[in-house]
Amino acid sequence: MLRQLRSALVGVIALTVLLGVAYPLAMTGLAQVLWPHQANGSRVERNGRLVGSALIGQDFRGEARYFQSRPSASAEDPAATGASNLGPNSAALSRQIRARLEAFLRRERPYDPDLTAAAVPADAVTTSGSGVDPDISVADADIQAHRVAAVRGLPVAAVMRLVAAHTEGLAGGLFGPSSVNVLALNLALDEGRTP
Amino acid sequence: MSASGWLQIVLLLAVLTGITPLLGGYIHRVFAGERVLLTRALGPAERRFSALLAGSEPAGQDWRGYAGSVLMFSAVSWLALYLLLRTQSIQPLNPQGFGSAPWGLSFNAASSFVSNTGWQFYGGERTLSNFSQMTGIAVQGFLSGAVGIAAGVAIARGFANRSGRELGNFWVDLIRALLYVLLPLSVLGSAFLVSQGAIQTLAGSVHLSTLAGGAQTLALGPAASQKAVMLLGSDGGGFYAVNSAMPFEDPTGLANFVEMVMMLAIPAALTATYGRIVGSRRQGWVLYAVMVVMFVGGAAVAYPAESHPSPAMRAAGAHGVNMEGKDQRLQVSDSVLEAVAGTTTGNGSTNAALDSFTGLGGSIPMANIMTGEVIFGAVGSGLYGMLLMVLLAVFVAGLMVGRTPEYLGKRIEAREIKLVTIGVIAVPLIVLFATAWAISARYGTRSIFNAGPQGFSETLYAYASQANNNGSAFAGYAGFVQPHAPGNIGAGGIAFADLAGGTAMLVGRFLPMLAALAVAGSLSGKRTIAAGEGTMRTDTAVFAVLLLATIAIVALLTFVPSLMLGPLVQALTPRLF
Repeated sequence: MLRQLRSALVGVIALTVLLGVAYPLAMTGLAQVLWPHQANGSRVERNGRLVGSALIGQDFRGEARYFQSRPSASAEDPAATGASNLGPNSAALSRQIRARLEAFLRRERPYDPDLTAAAVPADAVTTSGSGVDPDISVADADIQAHRVAAVRGLPVAAVMRLVAAHTEGLAGGLFGPSSVNVLALNLALDEGRTP
Repeated sequence: MSASGWLQIVLLLAVLTGITPLLGGYIHRVFAGERVLLTRALGPAERRFSALLAGSEPAGQDWRGYAGSVLMFSAVSWLALYLLLRTQSIQPLNPQGFGSAPWGLSFNAASSFVSNTGWQFYGGERTLSNFSQMTGIAVQGFLSGAVGIAAGVAIARGFANRSGRELGNFWVDLIRALLYVLLPLSVLGSAFLVSQGAIQTLAGSVHLSTLAGGAQTLALGPAASQKAVMLLGSDGGGFYAVNSAMPFEDPTGLANFVEMVMMLAIPAALTATYGRIVGSRRQGWVLYAVMVVMFVGGAAVAYPAESHPSPAMRAAGAHGVNMEGKDQRLQVSDSVLEAVAGTTTGNGSTNAALDSFTGLGGSIPMANIMTGEVIFGAVGSGLYGMLLMVLLAVFVAGLMVGRTPEYLGKRIEAREIKLVTIGVIAVPLIVLFATAWAISARYGTRSIFNAGPQGFSETLYAYASQANNNGSAFAGYAGFVQPHAPGNIGAGGIAFADLAGGTAMLVGRFLPMLAALAVAGSLSGKRTIAAGEGTMRTDTAVFAVLLLATIAIVALLTFVPSLMLGPLVQALTPRLF
């Protein structure tokens, strides 16, 4: 009994030093040497100023010249992630989705008169799992391209080409569907890069 | 639904089937004490640790001795983690200045990680310091996983032993599981995750001004090194509250695929290890085949279910797939597959909000857990959980033809069946009892977030997940109300949920483990009888079907009524609540 207790105490302490101190520190050192960009949060800078992370969504609401991120249940706060956790048959969720759908149509229809509710993709009216989803679907981006082009005085086709250039899909969509990184797209717009 | 989604399922199983014999054979050689690739590098460390814990001449332990060591080690681990969380404010590496956790939350969290569950009533990024994550939570990811692997291997030895009562030495097995299995795979896994975009730093928060001029705070920390072991060791807890949905934990579709492989690899490989230990690889493949069939069955129901709008979306006039609670880079296919991988294994790591899955889609993760975590299951415990089901299937078959049941040439007698029954029935009883208590008491219903049947589903899921040591959640269910002020985590705990959940996790972990160890002790050294005309073979497809049916019937008889009250009723009605 006492022998077992001694082994357990020594074991927990020694293994904590190995697995809780040496291992994470070694991995941190390795990561900082080999992949410093990723290990520190894939930071994005503009003119030397930190403007975000390539992996973390941002709130662009009220800025018509920018592509808009997906709705978020946690105010796009990467320091307090969260989903809505509302159930599939939730009346509250249904009201939220209806309000988002109406807002989306109000925002985009003036620039895309043929837009119908049936054409609005699901990702544009639902909140994400992380609350900081950096991506939107290609369908969502193509709708928004009309507004962004009009506000910025660019041809729609040029903005759509920019969307296509920012569409990511790995191995033909085998590992996840094609999606568009909103921050990268908006940065490219600001820099006037139109392919 | 898309062809690429189905293709990914096929690819995942192909990779897993390829890994199983290789990793399983490796684990077998490690625990047999044979030389492996890493022996030259790790041998000296292994000998030093073994001498430290088990003495220079480690003695074999019978099941009681082995169980005693497991319990003592786990008790000390529990106390260490509990004390660490309670004193967080005076520990180093706390750049955000988080306070110490209250007793209820600490009880739940310590029970969660020591029992290899990974259930979280807290959000790591606004509750725990880097020090607590590294030296507390992540360490238990290693230790509880290694305890499971050691117990699984010891139990397999008991089934195989032709003579003697010894199952091995716990301390020797523990060190081997850590040094040769979990640690090297975690190094590789975390390096890969970082290369994909997972973070690994000791810095705290970074404040920035967004493109549109808003303020944003990136909470950073040593996430990748922790994530890797959480996936490999079946603990499954997240560095962040939303677990793998957070891009810093699961940055790309490729990373997500590898994360699923990491979750499934060791539980699957242990079936091959088992086959080698008992001297018949087919015995291991039969277990693996049953697991794969149940895995595919779950995915084949959940994937189509989530590929339609939920009733809430339909009523709002929205179209498309059920994207509520799912991230765009993962969409439905990767979210559902990870949910199935995370719940068939005892891992519980998920990348989407299961609470927002459709009624049918959400019933699959729940049903996976309710099989008792034997479809792959957690590392080690999935294997011995499955072995208990095997004995039950053998017993049922014996009853049907009126023969004394045998397994691996050993008679299965009253003592073994009693123990099997305890091991199989105890956890469902805890689940149903705790759920009934929680929904009938005012202090229990305080945890519920959603109205209507979903509120019941959340409660049922919470106790099924905790008692079966899974750790995934219908995360609306709260044991702890997150305060918004940083550094103040002492507010608003719901003591009942913390205590009931913590107790369910500990009993659900150690009672079946003790029962399985006792069965192994009872079978160890039992006289074997040669297979005759009337012996039912247990390495055939017929037995696989019988085993599958036994698992399904036990789970269905126990849980169908409660599933009807929660997720299934929502699958059957477009009504909103």
